[in-house]
Amino acid sequence: MVETSTPHVAKPGAEDEARINIVGLTKRYLTPKGEVFTAIRDVTLTVEPGQFCAIVGPTGCGKSTTLAQVSGLEQPSSGSVSVGNQIVDGITRGVSYMFQADALFPWKSVLGNVMIGPLLLGTPKAEATGLAKDWLRRVGLAGFEDRFPHQLSGGMRKRVAMAAALINNPRILLMDEPFGALDVQTKAIMQTELLQLWEELRPSVLFITHDLDEAVALSDRVVIMTSSPGSVKDIFDIDLPRPRGDVQHIRHEQRFLELQGQIWESLKDEVTRAYERSAAVAA
Amino acid sequence: MTATAVRRAVAQAPATDLQLAAHRARIRRMVWIRLGQFFVALFVIGGWQWFTAAGWVDKFFFGQPTGIWNSLVHLFTVGTAFGSIWENLWVTVQEALLGFLLGTSAGVVVGILLGSNRYLASVFGPYIKIVNSVPRIVLGSIFIVAFGLGVFPKVLLAAVLVFFVVFFNAFQGVREVDQNLVANVRVLGASPLQVARHVTIPSAMTWIIASLHTAFGFAIIGALVAEVLGATHGIGLIISQAQGSFDPDTVFACMVITSVFTLLAEYLITLLERSILRWRPPNRSESQAI
Ligand SMILES: Nc1ncnc2c1ncn2[C@@H]1O[C@H](COP(=O)(O)OP(=O)(O)OP(=O)(O)O)[C@@H](O)[C@H]1O
Ligand SMILES: [Mg+2]
Repeated sequence: MVETSTPHVAKPGAEDEARINIVGLTKRYLTPKGEVFTAIRDVTLTVEPGQFCAIVGPTGCGKSTTLAQVSGLEQPSSGSVSVGNQIVDGITRGVSYMFQADALFPWKSVLGNVMIGPLLLGTPKAEATGLAKDWLRRVGLAGFEDRFPHQLSGGMRKRVAMAAALINNPRILLMDEPFGALDVQTKAIMQTELLQLWEELRPSVLFITHDLDEAVALSDRVVIMTSSPGSVKDIFDIDLPRPRGDVQHIRHEQRFLELQGQIWESLKDEVTRAYERSAAVAA
Repeated sequence: MTATAVRRAVAQAPATDLQLAAHRARIRRMVWIRLGQFFVALFVIGGWQWFTAAGWVDKFFFGQPTGIWNSLVHLFTVGTAFGSIWENLWVTVQEALLGFLLGTSAGVVVGILLGSNRYLASVFGPYIKIVNSVPRIVLGSIFIVAFGLGVFPKVLLAAVLVFFVVFFNAFQGVREVDQNLVANVRVLGASPLQVARHVTIPSAMTWIIASLHTAFGFAIIGALVAEVLGATHGIGLIISQAQGSFDPDTVFACMVITSVFTLLAEYLITLLERSILRWRPPNRSESQAI
């Protein structure tokens, strides 16, 4: 339990535990017709401890697939993922995952949804309840403990999911388009909140998004993936100073626009290629 | 009264008027529904009474509402050839309840097991389909030959009937579980047992509980049919005796008694449903409110 109750950064050598090392990662699926489909090919990528790394790429290029391999939910076809110095071959402790689809438990109250993380780690119920209440307060949902997910707005559900992902104080945080379905204002607020929480806990983050503004505003590093089968095309280091504060404000800075422009240049070809390919398939 | 107060009162008036009107409309609607229900009953029972009294329908075969009432009074005051009606009802209720519990638990356990394990599902699937296609009522005869005239064979028949209803629903319920939720709980470090406890079972519960309404009807049918096939006590026995002595009124009276009991059980199941499925959006349970 030491791992979850104290910040990792404080421990000597603990920093390495939060490094994600993806080497030559390839994932093939068998389609229903029995053909082999390569979703990602030869992805190599390192996320340094405490780094916020965004992945952008055309739809269907294998971003979610990459995250599934890192989480240990799936096994790579070849290549490897290691978290800390350990090869991932199954669910790894200390990894939290915010899914692309809504993954709250509809039969659990808001409190129940958030406290399930610590409960599954063996935390006593009273303690888990206290922790969950504290986290709900931190994401601005105090007073909503007894509601069920269907009684919340989309933005509130995302907050619950965020609290549930962070409550175990993960060393690795995987986020798959977490704010994709939100309106622009809510999205900006949630991004700022996420940055604040991240500054406090400092997990290594792999953050998938289609929103270049979001990628640049939040990350230390943006990875561009090629169209399917995905591999790493370009990596941009974002040298905007931290803490970034309100993401609404950085959007207008000169350096921000520069970086965003460069990234779009790199991504544009891939998006066009992916589009042409799907148009060709449809024709 | 000051000017502002007047203005406020005027502003509030339409709202309260609206509420009052809505309330009145609701009451009027309720009265019409009850009236309609009353007339349907009057039409069916009155028509029945009239037709049999006039001799257009033979009450010797089809009974008569007043005859059924007399029969009910007789059953509850005088009793039957096999002891008081309460004694017999208790036997049937006991058989149905035990069969219901046994069948439901077996159905839930086997359904969840086969639903979450592809290998077991492939191995047992065809056999379950075969057994399901057998007319299971016939099993009642075998149970009675094997286990005698006591309570046990009735419980067994009721349980077999209940089992398949619940089993198929539990099985389907597990198959329909949102794989995202399973992935979510697994990432949080859940063991297979914890996955079942936190995701599979609560998710399949919607299906299982929906099946309980039908399943309880089957439990009653199982108990009654087995009693008709051979028993020393029970409503089914009274029915088969009444049939033997050409007494349709008593058969109908027994039908009324079991119906009342089934409605009661149905009500309890609905309560259970409400408390367990509290988390569901209300519109769905409202559409089931009938
Ligand atoms: N279980 C699977 N079986 C077969 N093919 C799969 C499977 N999972 C994903 N794929 C395929 O792999 C490719 C990559 O999918 P993935 O979900 O990783 O895309 P993505 O980059 O996350 O897209 P999006 O941005 O739209 O979410 C897709 O073409 C998809 O059809
Ligand atoms: Mg995806």
